[in-house]
Amino acid sequence: MPTKIEKDSISGQETTGHEWDGIKELNTPLPRWWLYTFYACIAFSLVYVILYPAIPSFSSHTPGVLGYNSRVELEGQLAEARARQAESWDAIAAAELSEIRSNADNLTFALAGGAAAFADNCAPCHGQGGAGRPGFPVLADDAWIWGGSLDDIHITLLHGIRNGGDEARDSEMPAYADILEPEQIEAVADYVLSLSGAEHDGTSAAAGQEVYAENCAACHGDAGEGLRELGGPRLNDQIWLYGGSRDEIVSQIRQPRLGVMPGWQERLDASTIKMLTVYVHSLGGGEE
Amino acid sequence: MDDVVTIEEALSTRAQKEQAQEAGLPMYASRVKVHPKEIGGTFRRLKWAVLIALLAIYYVVPWIRWDRGPDAPDQAVLADIVNGRIYFFFIEIWPQELYYLTGLLILGAVGLFLVTSLAGRVWCGYTCPQTVWTDLFMWVERLIEGDRNARIRLDKAPMGAAKFAKRSLKHAVWLVIAAATGGAWIMYFNDAPTVVRNIFTGQASTAVYFFTGLFTATTYLLAGWAREQVCTYMCPWPRFQAAMFDEDTLIVTYEGWRGEPRGRHKKGQAAEALGDCVDCNLCVAVCPTGIDIRDGQQLECIGCALCIDACNSVMAKVGRPLNLITYDTERNQEARAAAAPVPKYRLVRPRTVLYSLLLLVVAGVMLWSLAFRATLDINVLHDRNPLFVTLSDGGIRNGYTIKILNKTLEDRSYLLGIEGLTAPSLSVVGQEGEGAGAAILEADADSVASYRIYLRLPREVVTDDTLTFYFTLTDPDSGEVARNETVFRGPKP
Repeated sequence: MPTKIEKDSISGQETTGHEWDGIKELNTPLPRWWLYTFYACIAFSLVYVILYPAIPSFSSHTPGVLGYNSRVELEGQLAEARARQAESWDAIAAAELSEIRSNADNLTFALAGGAAAFADNCAPCHGQGGAGRPGFPVLADDAWIWGGSLDDIHITLLHGIRNGGDEARDSEMPAYADILEPEQIEAVADYVLSLSGAEHDGTSAAAGQEVYAENCAACHGDAGEGLRELGGPRLNDQIWLYGGSRDEIVSQIRQPRLGVMPGWQERLDASTIKMLTVYVHSLGGGEE
Repeated sequence: MDDVVTIEEALSTRAQKEQAQEAGLPMYASRVKVHPKEIGGTFRRLKWAVLIALLAIYYVVPWIRWDRGPDAPDQAVLADIVNGRIYFFFIEIWPQELYYLTGLLILGAVGLFLVTSLAGRVWCGYTCPQTVWTDLFMWVERLIEGDRNARIRLDKAPMGAAKFAKRSLKHAVWLVIAAATGGAWIMYFNDAPTVVRNIFTGQASTAVYFFTGLFTATTYLLAGWAREQVCTYMCPWPRFQAAMFDEDTLIVTYEGWRGEPRGRHKKGQAAEALGDCVDCNLCVAVCPTGIDIRDGQQLECIGCALCIDACNSVMAKVGRPLNLITYDTERNQEARAAAAPVPKYRLVRPRTVLYSLLLLVVAGVMLWSLAFRATLDINVLHDRNPLFVTLSDGGIRNGYTIKILNKTLEDRSYLLGIEGLTAPSLSVVGQEGEGAGAAILEADADSVASYRIYLRLPREVVTDDTLTFYFTLTDPDSGEVARNETVFRGPKP
């Protein structure tokens, strides 16, 4: 410590007393405002450490006097949000499906809730907005294997399809590779193509008509109009779940692919399933 | 004693900084505080009149009522941020029409250019809020702490009871004015009577208190503390306003040709050796930005003309011709200096003509668009997921969300139609049945109605993966039509 503070002769500023090669360091202290801000920050941090969770230990941390914690805060906010929605949830739980659709408040809530639940649970297979993808039915069109009324959709959602459940919708198309000759399969494919007016081999289709009547008409209908009670898809329209080319149809007859859908009543609560029903029904193909 | 001229020991802030540098102090010079002296005169009276008029407008306008029917606010001038509307008497602006505000700003800018090229910085000197509120704050300061010399003495005096009392009173009054300023600003964004009641009963929203506080703070700091520094350092306008000046612009000018050599007339001395300027420095003492106008036109000069008042009061006393400091053009000054005939003041110059034309064009466009402002608009959002749906008969269906903007103040029902598609059939979610390309849609007064629309086309007319067409919305009462171009998507051909 220098006993006497030396002043620089040129600038008139005080020096620190440090000297290198005759060059003396000027004493330029931190600005006052900066220092006070710094002290204020230290004071703030001390108060903060006492009031809020701060110091980590091996498995936890100091809880803080206020007991605040962002996770607790989130839980509170979620509970608050749920409480705000409670009235709407109760209304959905109490209402029949048709009542949900006829009441504007219920409908708005159900469509919003249904859209959210759909995105979480259904969109992975059925696509956003029910756009579908090969092997997974489009929900926005007007073709329904198991029916497109509110009640039909509701039952499909509750119990699912071919999942082994007692009440699940179930249908099983046999693998005709083991039953029919390859030529018969080719012929019946041509006949199926003819049902929807697609390009086909006329002679082959004529031969296939008989095979169709014996093997297929029971489930798919005499004219390919389908049979919803048995889950027999309609064949005389332009909707093909597993593809509408001749090869794809042959392949489906030989070794059918049979889609599975879980029953959602085991995973979702009744009101959510109702909202999903109304939402799916609203996608554009809903039937009365 | 009327003809005694007080000599002010006033130096411009620039001169004070130069002195400090010559004395060997560091390059950096801190602000030299300005203590403007009170002065009366023509321009001071004009400034008071402008100040009172502007403050009156500012405080009265939010209280003017304007009946718009039961569903709209009855405040004549209101920027309703929450509901996304700006009201100005009979005009109502939706968020989509914020370009009117842009137009207003352009008008303001061009108007400023025009006025500046004609008469210099009259905006800065008389009407700028910074000038108006600084003037008001200085008036308060003068009432409490006294005029220039008293304030300088008070500044130098050590803190004592009297100084503390004066200072506290001054800042308290400043804060009250600032709070009233901030509070009034809030009224332009909220219903004035409601928000005032809420502020005083503690029921106003946090935002209201925050913004009142913010504008209180900025008013207090800018008008009380920063003052001329706002004009010199913060405001961009002085930096480029010189581009609007030319030799025909009226500016505050010192007539150096007859003022110099300046000097203090002593009794018995021949006055002929000296110019008209008696070097009393009163012009410096009254200057709110602390400059010496005799140094010539300079960036800090806001053109308030108080130095003209000051100089004239002195010239009258010493019996010299008035207007040694005056509003005049450079061209005139050159003529006067050369004792040549003074040319006629030229109002019409290329730059003033250009600015006026611009002003007319922008104002005309705004008026035209306001007069023919659509009261109806339609926005169409095409569904992206799925882009299109193939139906069982092979037909293609697209989904749309249609938003109808009803800008009238009554409920309306409109006819939705389709232009540019063959054999469309259209259904509205929530309405029974399917129309052959038309539907009736309703929209409440002054609001946006939203509808889900499904549009289907037979497979054979979907010849491309993208068909462009229009939704049209017709108001059957007024015949007004809004169109929106959109697309119909289908499978790749």
